[in-house]
Amino acid sequence: MSLALPLDARPADPALEGVIKLAILAVGGQGGGVLTNWIESLARSQGYHCQATSVAGVAQRTGATIYYMEMAPGDVDAPVFSLAPSAGDVDIIVAAEMMEAGRAIIRGFVTPDRTTLIASSHRMLAVSEKSVPGDGMASSEEVRAAAELAAQKLVLADMDTAALKVGSVISASLFGALAGSGALPFERAAFEDAIRAGGKGVEASLRAFSAGFDLAKYGEDPKAEAVKPAQQEIVRPAGPDMAQKAWASLEAKVAGLPEPVREMAHAGLRKVVDFQDTDYGAEYLGRLEDLVSRDSAEKDYELSREAAKYIANAMAYDDVIRVADLKTRPQRFNRIETEMKVKDGKLLHLTDYLHPRAEEIVGLLPEKMGRKMESDPAWMKRIDRWFNRGRRIRTDSLRGFAMLYFLGGLRGWRRRTLRHRMEQDHLESWLKMVSGYLPDRYAMAVEVLRCRRLIKGYSDTHARGLSKFDKVLAGARLVENRDDGPEWVARLREAALKDEKGADLDGALKTVESFA
Amino acid sequence: MAERSFKAEVEHLRKGTGDTFTGEGILAITKALLENGVGYVGGYQGAPISHLMDVLADAEDLLGELGIRFEANASEAAAAAMLAASVHYPIRGAVTFKGSVGVNVASDALANLASSGVNGGALVIVGEDYGEGSSIMQERSYAFAMKSQFWLLDPRPNLTSIVKSVGDGFALSEASNSPVMLMVRIRSCHVTGRFETRDNVPPPLSVRDALSSPMRDFKRVVLPPMSYAHEHDKIDNRWPAAEKFILDNRLNERFGPDEGKVGIVCLGGIYNSVIRALQRLGLADISGNTSIPLHVLNVTYPLVKSELLEFCAGKEAVLMIEEGQPEFIEQQLGAMLYKEGRTTKLEGKGIFPRAGEYTGQIMLDGLDAFVRQYAPELLPGKVLAPNTPKPELPDLSKTVPIRPPGFCTGCPERPIFASLKMVEQEVGQHQITGDIGCHLFACLPPFEIGGSTMGYGLGPASNAAFDGGGERRAISIIGDGGFWHNGLSSSIGNMVFNKSDSVAIIVDNYYSAATGGQDIPSSRAKNETKSTNNPITRALQGAGVKWIRQIDRTYDVTRMRETIREALTTEYDGPKVIVASSECMLNRQRREKPLRNKAIAGGERVEIPRFGVDQDVCTGDHACIRLSGCPSLSLKKLDDPLRDDPVAHIDQSCVGCGNCGEVADAAILCPSFFEAKVVHNPTGFEAWYAGLRTKIISWLQTRRAGARLTFTGEGA
Repeated sequence: MSLALPLDARPADPALEGVIKLAILAVGGQGGGVLTNWIESLARSQGYHCQATSVAGVAQRTGATIYYMEMAPGDVDAPVFSLAPSAGDVDIIVAAEMMEAGRAIIRGFVTPDRTTLIASSHRMLAVSEKSVPGDGMASSEEVRAAAELAAQKLVLADMDTAALKVGSVISASLFGALAGSGALPFERAAFEDAIRAGGKGVEASLRAFSAGFDLAKYGEDPKAEAVKPAQQEIVRPAGPDMAQKAWASLEAKVAGLPEPVREMAHAGLRKVVDFQDTDYGAEYLGRLEDLVSRDSAEKDYELSREAAKYIANAMAYDDVIRVADLKTRPQRFNRIETEMKVKDGKLLHLTDYLHPRAEEIVGLLPEKMGRKMESDPAWMKRIDRWFNRGRRIRTDSLRGFAMLYFLGGLRGWRRRTLRHRMEQDHLESWLKMVSGYLPDRYAMAVEVLRCRRLIKGYSDTHARGLSKFDKVLAGARLVENRDDGPEWVARLREAALKDEKGADLDGALKTVESFA
Repeated sequence: MAERSFKAEVEHLRKGTGDTFTGEGILAITKALLENGVGYVGGYQGAPISHLMDVLADAEDLLGELGIRFEANASEAAAAAMLAASVHYPIRGAVTFKGSVGVNVASDALANLASSGVNGGALVIVGEDYGEGSSIMQERSYAFAMKSQFWLLDPRPNLTSIVKSVGDGFALSEASNSPVMLMVRIRSCHVTGRFETRDNVPPPLSVRDALSSPMRDFKRVVLPPMSYAHEHDKIDNRWPAAEKFILDNRLNERFGPDEGKVGIVCLGGIYNSVIRALQRLGLADISGNTSIPLHVLNVTYPLVKSELLEFCAGKEAVLMIEEGQPEFIEQQLGAMLYKEGRTTKLEGKGIFPRAGEYTGQIMLDGLDAFVRQYAPELLPGKVLAPNTPKPELPDLSKTVPIRPPGFCTGCPERPIFASLKMVEQEVGQHQITGDIGCHLFACLPPFEIGGSTMGYGLGPASNAAFDGGGERRAISIIGDGGFWHNGLSSSIGNMVFNKSDSVAIIVDNYYSAATGGQDIPSSRAKNETKSTNNPITRALQGAGVKWIRQIDRTYDVTRMRETIREALTTEYDGPKVIVASSECMLNRQRREKPLRNKAIAGGERVEIPRFGVDQDVCTGDHACIRLSGCPSLSLKKLDDPLRDDPVAHIDQSCVGCGNCGEVADAAILCPSFFEAKVVHNPTGFEAWYAGLRTKIISWLQTRRAGARLTFTGEGA
């Protein structure tokens, strides 16, 4: 990266300036080969010498792959081209994914003195990003920032979506972006001819081509992103008048909360009311207000904001009733039909993959009865025998729908169930611990609230989450009197989110125990 | 049916004298074989020469017309053994496979071939390279050339030179009665360019005609005392003949000025990167005219002593540019200079790193250092002057995740390893060995299954030490490709004979998938010229395996898991073999998509499945991904202030294989997954009934909505 080409340093050959070096970094299966062929036939059609090569083989199976080509004007006599890109010596980089652009920068292929970087900002997550229990996504922003520094000219836009929108694939929109960037000394028409010469899916490719071309020339439409969050905003819910009134009064209460808390509180309220009903919403606000009253402006109501979020998540737990309710809603059917493009006479067969266990069934029973059965292995075995198996429910069929519809309709019954009682107890003891830290150990209270994030998933995953939650809280008690207690709780929580088995968490706990 | 079809390109192989060929290196090599009157060709696929096998397969008609026999050999050893035809008969033969692992497999036959010597030209085209993208281990076939004394060509990586080297190789082989190995590097195989074609030449004697007048000569048999004679023949006759041919035909090339105080010797294969570095240093022009004398070894073995000493004569220092280690050529050159009492300083390793690929930067730094030290006056001022300061770039090495290859979307091998991982979660970790093939990706996250791979078809064999059994049975993985390559004898035969108490899982995806979907004996496809549809289970029975379980749908995770559990727990203490069969999804999609689209266009009723995740039901714990790693199963950030973590999301690239749903069910993960089957061109009744159902369902939905608050957007 550090080396400037000694072009003006004779006796170097001025013709070398005419050589264009282009590398394509893609993820296997993105069609980097197609793009390479287009560019090559384009160059040849324009009377250029051109040489392309790639590293094929198993490396192409969804892994990072690289294609490289060089071209020079036809009047040059038998140019000698390199077969591989080298740092500081690449004129054009086409990166078919955000992190591949980052990889190009790491490898020194993108330098301010010469490189035009054409990259798609979309993400194809690597396994290491997807598999962490928490949020392991790499930061596109860091790559964007580096790209702005490293590239002489930067074309960065979501070329994938642009192509999909018009029923094509990213290779075509990237080819268009290459044309639009003006990095190659060829006319747009020549690019399009290359696509036609290719002969496969010409029309769709040309549409994607021009989409990419425009993105490179005029950039992304800023409005595009701006629109989205708007719909999340407060819109009157539909429903019976009684409920409407109750909702209005609840909203009034939210409006009465300190400004910093309102947005989260409104989202939370919405969630719990949607989960159960307005009375439940009132309970939620009750719990929240109790903490707000012990919070203060100079703390910017951090505690209350976190409470608004996590109490709502805790109250709207995932039980059979909620799942069945969500799966039978019209909004869900609409979303799936749009997602799967079910229109003009096509039909949708919708099969849900469910696997209830005795725990879920017993959870639906009245508290007393449930507890009895839960403590009786024989009963649990029996129930498992009756219910515990994978069930494929055709939710679009009357029978399947009716069954889920019935379960989803048990909301009125929910408050009597064992599961509800268990969730309530868990919630109360957690909040008790929180308020125990108030007022003088405010930061501890906030961190303990945040630990609720650890509880998620169903069955085993849920159980694992609970045990992590308990472990972290136990750890919290060890450090509750230290000034750096809160930081430690945060550290423990992050460790718990890092890996599934919780090895990182146990390690962190050992450290805590060592000094606490 | 191979992953990539060359049917269209193959037409260019018919070009004659006066035409120009434009295309890929492997096609150029094939054309060169035809122009040089080859009589039989064969080989075994593997990067980087898989496509050469595909081209030959697609060119079978043309080969037939010319009377050339094409054999898709069972292994590299089989391919090398085929060259036996050139021992007695004056027939040119060429086989291809990957180096150095393929050469390892072939070495038995190669040693015998080299000992016997050949009458007709025998050419081994080896795809050999290391460094970026190469799946090949960092070894050099050079050592085999030295030990067996066959000759090694490493032409400059442009089509004209590669094509010429094929003809040179045959001629050299015949002139010296020795087999010749033609090395092409991974990028040379796929490099595109042009060359002037010549007419194709049918073999003067075809293998078919040769059968009419068989030849034999016991002097060629590798048995004492003849084999002792072979060794002397190599040294006294074949080697000198080879050197003479190399000199007479100027197979090695000189560039730049005749005189100079310094010089460079490099292998043909890295000529272009040497020139590029010289260009960047201002020491060569765009056409490769250098201001430093350059000796290019298109023949890297044997080294012609007289030629090299003549080049070094009067030079203060010579730089030997040779990738990899040991630095065989540099050592030989050093010995030559020393024995001649020359004072020329030999540079090479030291200025260049001992190991690894010579990337553009390394080549540049190496040459820069050499010239600075021995001939700084040659360097233009700009280069001598300190470099322009590095631009300060943020370090992304912590940000950008590694992206190793993995299972494709819908891969039938994914559910096998998901099941295996689930079993391990229940009953604990097992001793597991892998093999060569796509299934080796299972050793990477998220599965992290299998800790070793000893070679193609050697998965179960590499568990032999554990055949006696123990508390937990050892498990080995082997693919259908490896099974037929040499697994049936080396692995299964070994298990049976030693009464192995371990478990072998044969991953049968209907093809040699990792190398590009070539057919193998158990492929389900109809193949005009090869015998397919030979069930693996029958081969197993024939080999004496008693405990066999055939699974015809690997996506049935529950069944898969139970079968594995059974194999690990059964009373039976002999070898237990599970054959897990489902078609490679890459090939399946390539086969079915066009047909499907045609059917839809033609108004036929077609169901297209795809999977989805209910974003409100998903809690974002990503347990499903830890049992899948499917490219289409990714994450999505919801714009919901209450959510901390992204939820699972399945994009439109999903092919509806069902693994995620099956896993969610079998592992009891969550109820978030659903299958959405879109029915194209439904029947009239079907449409009417669906309409009725929708009416009733939406009536129920409206009824419930009327009794509760409904917020815009879904859930909350």
